[in-house]
Amino acid sequence: MTPDPVIATTSARSPSTAPANGRIASRPAVEVHNASVVYQTADTPVKALSNVDLRIGEGEFVSLIGPSGCGKTTLLRVIADLEHISDGTVLVNGVSPHEARLARAYGYVFQAPALFPWRTVLGNVMLPLQIQGGGAAQSRAIAMEHLARVGLTGFEGKYPWQLSGGMQQRVSIARALAFEPKILMMDEPFGALDEITRDRLNEQLQQLWQRERRTVVFVTHSIAEAVYLSTRIVVMSPRPGRIVKVIESPLPDERHLGLRDTQAFMDVAHQVREALADGHIE
Amino acid sequence: MATSSKAPPAPLATRAWEQGLPVVVMVLMFLLVWYGGAWGMNASGAIERVLEPSGNPWTWQDLLATTLNMERPVLPAPHQIALDFWSSLVDWPIDSPRNLLFHVAVTGETTLVGFAMGTVLGLVLSVLIVHSRTLDRALLPWIVASQTVPVLAIAPIVLVILGSLGLEGLAPKAVIAMYLSFFPVTVAMVQGLRSPQVIETEMMHTYAATRWQALWLLRLPAALPFLFPALRVGIAASLVGAMVAELPTGATAGLGARLLTGSYYGNTLAIWSALVMSSLLGLVLTTLVALTEHLAMRNRRQP
Repeated sequence: MTPDPVIATTSARSPSTAPANGRIASRPAVEVHNASVVYQTADTPVKALSNVDLRIGEGEFVSLIGPSGCGKTTLLRVIADLEHISDGTVLVNGVSPHEARLARAYGYVFQAPALFPWRTVLGNVMLPLQIQGGGAAQSRAIAMEHLARVGLTGFEGKYPWQLSGGMQQRVSIARALAFEPKILMMDEPFGALDEITRDRLNEQLQQLWQRERRTVVFVTHSIAEAVYLSTRIVVMSPRPGRIVKVIESPLPDERHLGLRDTQAFMDVAHQVREALADGHIE
Repeated sequence: MATSSKAPPAPLATRAWEQGLPVVVMVLMFLLVWYGGAWGMNASGAIERVLEPSGNPWTWQDLLATTLNMERPVLPAPHQIALDFWSSLVDWPIDSPRNLLFHVAVTGETTLVGFAMGTVLGLVLSVLIVHSRTLDRALLPWIVASQTVPVLAIAPIVLVILGSLGLEGLAPKAVIAMYLSFFPVTVAMVQGLRSPQVIETEMMHTYAATRWQALWLLRLPAALPFLFPALRVGIAASLVGAMVAELPTGATAGLGARLLTGSYYGNTLAIWSALVMSSLLGLVLTTLVALTEHLAMRNRRQP
């Protein structure tokens, strides 16, 4: 009697796991169905997000791009359980955003580094590990490793104000990755930086993604940034906030900054620009 | 190149002269006014009580000398206070009520115990207020109202209540000192615990941090710049509370009690010496808090 259910469950599970081994992007990390967010204002309700459908597979790098007020940040915040949907369903790793947050399924990088000024760089990266309840020595080792991955070895004893803006944001990325979340969410992380620093950080982020193939959801209003980084670009439009087009990038996974001068890159950028323009006319 | 943007530092002697001169001038003017005041205020008493009874003719030089060296002057001259202060320290053993350090120990103990109690009470109240909207509305008006009641009116009530519980001596005095010192800590910490930005709070949220973790790892460290100035006010308030508490408790030891005895016997010199000692004690205590602040905040750059 007992072996049967076991066989049944394994056989029931195998069809869903088999394709996952074949293609990286097939298992969903984030599923959004018909989601809407409505804010109640004094006179009329405002639709920040209207009937959004989006599926992000594991290992994808998806950018949400659009003008101000298109709901790209709202959508990211909904996935991160920082905001609640008025209608529809959202699943992160197959569970609700709330459960996913409690399970520490994602790391979130904000627009500002938001480093604690009273902690050293190492202390800041150790913060999430400390909250998770890890031992001091182990947390320290993990944090040091993450600092090395963003190229900040040697800066662990410094305080945030001793670092440049770009370095501070790299610390905040290391901190978001501290407990090895499956998903990395980034809300215009390089928006406040100068273009030269931004290019360098884009390159580093791209290399980080190539090495680890973590799912990344990236909010930006820079077309170049979105095209350079993403495997898929979600173009959004305001009033009401919605998705107007999803563009699959034909660019190879391995990228370098020189790619931005190629015809293929410009073609994708052109497509994004067209989609943004279409969304604006409507 | 780096130095060209900034003028080279002036020689030490020049700086000492530039910065020290105004201070020296102010002190000299202050002493001059004081001596003038002592001469004017004590003149009539000196004539009445010292020069006339002696029966001898006297000159203005005699009057000047007498006004500055009376036993119970209206306003003692600075050198008289300095002498009395010094003699209390060196002419009497440390456990004698004539020695000011004996009183400093008593008042200092009350101040520190009251300050510690007040700080803990202020911290607990502020944490409760910040975490509960109900308590915020229920507690804050009472806390503010409590400070409008004069401490001299509260002191006898505290005495009676604690006395009925069998608590005498240090406890009622410390409670009165606490009553004055918890207030600045509470108000500053409510503001400080609410000072983290939305982005920092949301970040803790994404880590699924508990309320206590958010309090311990974010709110409390963020509130420290608000806490220390409040502690400096709090410890000074605690000293005032400790001295005032010695008056109605009938204490015979402590700087407040010394003030009371001095005024009872018209011993103005003793009053002034005790006043000088209490301000020195206040200075030392606030400096200790400032040193702690410096140590705790040494790695933070003030924006």
